[in-house]
Amino acid sequence: MEHSLRKQEQILSKIANNDGHGENSAFFDGWKAYDTDPYHPTQNPNGVIQMGLAENQLSFDLVEEWVRNNPKASICTAEGASEFKDIAIYQDYHGLPAFRNAVARFMEKVRGNRVRFDPDRIVMSGGATGAQETLAFCLADPGDALLVPTPYYPANDRDLTWRTGVKLVPVVCDSSNDFKMTLSGLEAAYKTAQDSNVKVKGLLLNNPSNPLGTVLDREALTMALRFTNDRNIHLICDEIYSATVFDEPGFISIAEIAQENPNCNTDLIHIVYSLSKDLGFPGFRVGILYSYNDAVVACARKMSSFGLVSTQTQHMLASMLSDEAFVERFLAESAARLGARRGVLCRGLAQMGLGSLRGSAGLYCWMDLRRLLKAATFEAEMELWRVVIHDVRINVSPGASFHCSEPGWFRVCFANMDDDTMRVALNRIAKLVIQSSSNSEAAAARKPCRRRSKLEVSLSFRRLDEIMMSSPHSPMTSPLVRART
Amino acid sequence: MTVSKKAACNSHGQDSSYFLGWQEYEKNPYHEATNPNGIIQMGLAENQLSFDLLESWLAANPDAAAFKRGGHSIFRELALFQDYHGLPAFKNALVQFMTEIRGNKVRFDPNNIVLTAGATSANETLIFCLADPADAFLLPTPYYPGFDRDLKWRTGVEIVPIQCTSRNGFRITSSALQEAYQLAQNRNLKVKGVLLTNPSNPLGITLNRNELNLLLNFVDAKGIHLISDEIYSGTVFDSTEFISIMELLPNRNSELSNRVHVVYSLSKDLGLPGFRVGAIYSNNGSVVAAATKMSSFGLISSQTQYLLSAMLSDDEFQKKYVVENRRRLKNRHAMLVRGLRRTGIPCLESNSGLFCWVDMRHLLRSESFEAEMELWKKMVYEVRLNISPGSSCHCVEPGWFRVCFANMSEDTLQLAIRRIKSYVDSISAMKTGNARSRTKSISKWVFRLSYHDRERDR
Repeated sequence: MEHSLRKQEQILSKIANNDGHGENSAFFDGWKAYDTDPYHPTQNPNGVIQMGLAENQLSFDLVEEWVRNNPKASICTAEGASEFKDIAIYQDYHGLPAFRNAVARFMEKVRGNRVRFDPDRIVMSGGATGAQETLAFCLADPGDALLVPTPYYPANDRDLTWRTGVKLVPVVCDSSNDFKMTLSGLEAAYKTAQDSNVKVKGLLLNNPSNPLGTVLDREALTMALRFTNDRNIHLICDEIYSATVFDEPGFISIAEIAQENPNCNTDLIHIVYSLSKDLGFPGFRVGILYSYNDAVVACARKMSSFGLVSTQTQHMLASMLSDEAFVERFLAESAARLGARRGVLCRGLAQMGLGSLRGSAGLYCWMDLRRLLKAATFEAEMELWRVVIHDVRINVSPGASFHCSEPGWFRVCFANMDDDTMRVALNRIAKLVIQSSSNSEAAAARKPCRRRSKLEVSLSFRRLDEIMMSSPHSPMTSPLVRART
Repeated sequence: MTVSKKAACNSHGQDSSYFLGWQEYEKNPYHEATNPNGIIQMGLAENQLSFDLLESWLAANPDAAAFKRGGHSIFRELALFQDYHGLPAFKNALVQFMTEIRGNKVRFDPNNIVLTAGATSANETLIFCLADPADAFLLPTPYYPGFDRDLKWRTGVEIVPIQCTSRNGFRITSSALQEAYQLAQNRNLKVKGVLLTNPSNPLGITLNRNELNLLLNFVDAKGIHLISDEIYSGTVFDSTEFISIMELLPNRNSELSNRVHVVYSLSKDLGLPGFRVGAIYSNNGSVVAAATKMSSFGLISSQTQYLLSAMLSDDEFQKKYVVENRRRLKNRHAMLVRGLRRTGIPCLESNSGLFCWVDMRHLLRSESFEAEMELWKKMVYEVRLNISPGSSCHCVEPGWFRVCFANMSEDTLQLAIRRIKSYVDSISAMKTGNARSRTKSISKWVFRLSYHDRERDR
């Protein structure tokens, strides 16, 4: 068996054999647990609840209604059949003009019409996954590096480095200042690269941030622009969550900053976008690369041949996104629902004394479970995570998978389930907290070398009710969360 | 500020005449009513002959495109479906279709299929999986110009040609294979495999059993891979003439089977290039696993997977389509061949594809690629036909052109043939005029005419 495995390795490429895809990481255990035992309210009420998937499922009713009322958008119905042939044979990598126009207008609306986007600079890609990889291919050579603030989206490693040979150098951010990026952090990362003789080609920002759920303010964006301009390196802004902003502070796009700084070198500015999060369409594979650099647009467009958007999908979305009334209604309603849902989660967590980072965007909370750790180590974080998956039966994402520099933080998604499931999830987390408190009390009375027993899910329901219904001003409220009434 | 080397170089191949002709067409496209003197596009291998069959299926099955199953909306389910393993119903249907095209002579396992955004992505992904930068793949010439981009550009892999010539109808020979391998070694390139297109683009011929066994023997001996791009498998006019590489594997050792992979797409057979439907098929579990992960960079829209899963699992429709599509392509092909023959222009005898490999060597000023370019420019600008010069396909002999026939109406094809005829007639007239003053030339020209008469009888 081993011999044939080795032989297999020999006939495949280095890329095929290495771990650059990231899927051998221990963090896939959570996925596996969910896949083998997924929660269902009636069929599998003890199954694992998926809170590790950043999907926006809250506003499909609005979209389905639009689809029902607009059969022509579907080129294959009787109403739309006359266009079928033209759409089906259209393989121009520029993309359907109507599609590009609609996407440009949509992106403008999301930014409150404070900026204009040129449809001719819109390049398609195989999801944001494809857009990120394409940009890495266009901007950097193998061995070059991109700076990325931590904590960051785990698949950045695959998207930006796997097949490109580019490296990622982390810009470390920590909770001391709510994980904000600092100039000293940027400079330190840049220096680290230089000291290893690695050429830095750019800085990748994710705004709004996954996993933090926060937006970058004007100062931070301007600092990033200056930092990159001064060193003549690229600034890539992944704005995939731009329409998930539901509260102040609002979203400021790098496009606005570029506008406000007319002397900056726009040849260095590029935006990654997708409809997977804002609209909830990950299955349609709509990635967008927007660059102010003509050479990058030209190159990326040629590379888009490797991941064009199906014209069937382009056509439908061109129709949907140019329906201004629908778009306005959707954007407002979706943001409101996301805000409300996040509120339910964070209030629920606060009542258990669990804090989360204050944020105004995203499909997740950055939860602070440091006080539940046995020790301030990543081993303890892993242990807690396994308990959460296997005993509490919720799949959440541990901070280490996001390259977080401090153990104890977890990303918890809230937009991929209904209200009832959220309630069940909160109940389960409450049990974890209670059990954890009683365990630490008991442990304090025992010898320190004794191993802690596995978490038992046994609880007095009265105690649970007290927790769930306690006021936001209860003494268990974490100082990190500002209670909302 | 710099962009990457990849961005700055020309490996995308888009400065080639293949793409330039396309650009010229875009500037002045033929239209029956609005631009009757425009350039007719004969450089695009598209299958537009059977859309009516697809359209009538769609009209009879509106649910499939309206995000519905059994009358109920499944929009949400599709919008969220991003599993890179692909929609099971679609993979099953695709595999069925591929089996049908091969006359049920091959069994495909849906678990061995990797879905990609077009064959463009499939080919690049396979190369990423099988070769490292500066490795090489051997390709028989002439080959599809897009391979220069798809196989080399971002992968850093080299293509070394297996030269084929008209001496034996462009068939692959053992000596050509050995020479190519040697050439690679001389250039210090590690050969990782052979990639062939079967049926061939641009030749329009299916590889025969001899060639396929030759190739299998070769890759077996060298311990390298064989990729068979079978994107045109459904365009073989007589289905019995297509032999898929997969058919020959049961007779071979299983280790070799681990190194043989097929690429497919619905862009040619179904005429749906806009939908970006490609696939890799491999018996090698590691290749399937690696390619599946890479497919994240170019998945097929779930909306499209669903529509096509419904269409292709309609057994009756699928069988009917395959047969009728072949018939129409065969007729259209015959029309072009006949028309060209009457003009004294022979084609390589072919049995598949959406194009003919046309012999215009006798129209060249001299036996050179400069002369070929000259003739090509005349074709584009004077005759106003965008056809693809053999040099863009890396053909070693000047004078051959790929001419597509399935992306236009019959009337347009007839017009194109008429334009060629007037051009050739005008050249002959000019030659006759010149020859009046030079007897030697007359006899040469007379010889040529009678040669063509003989050609017609073949």
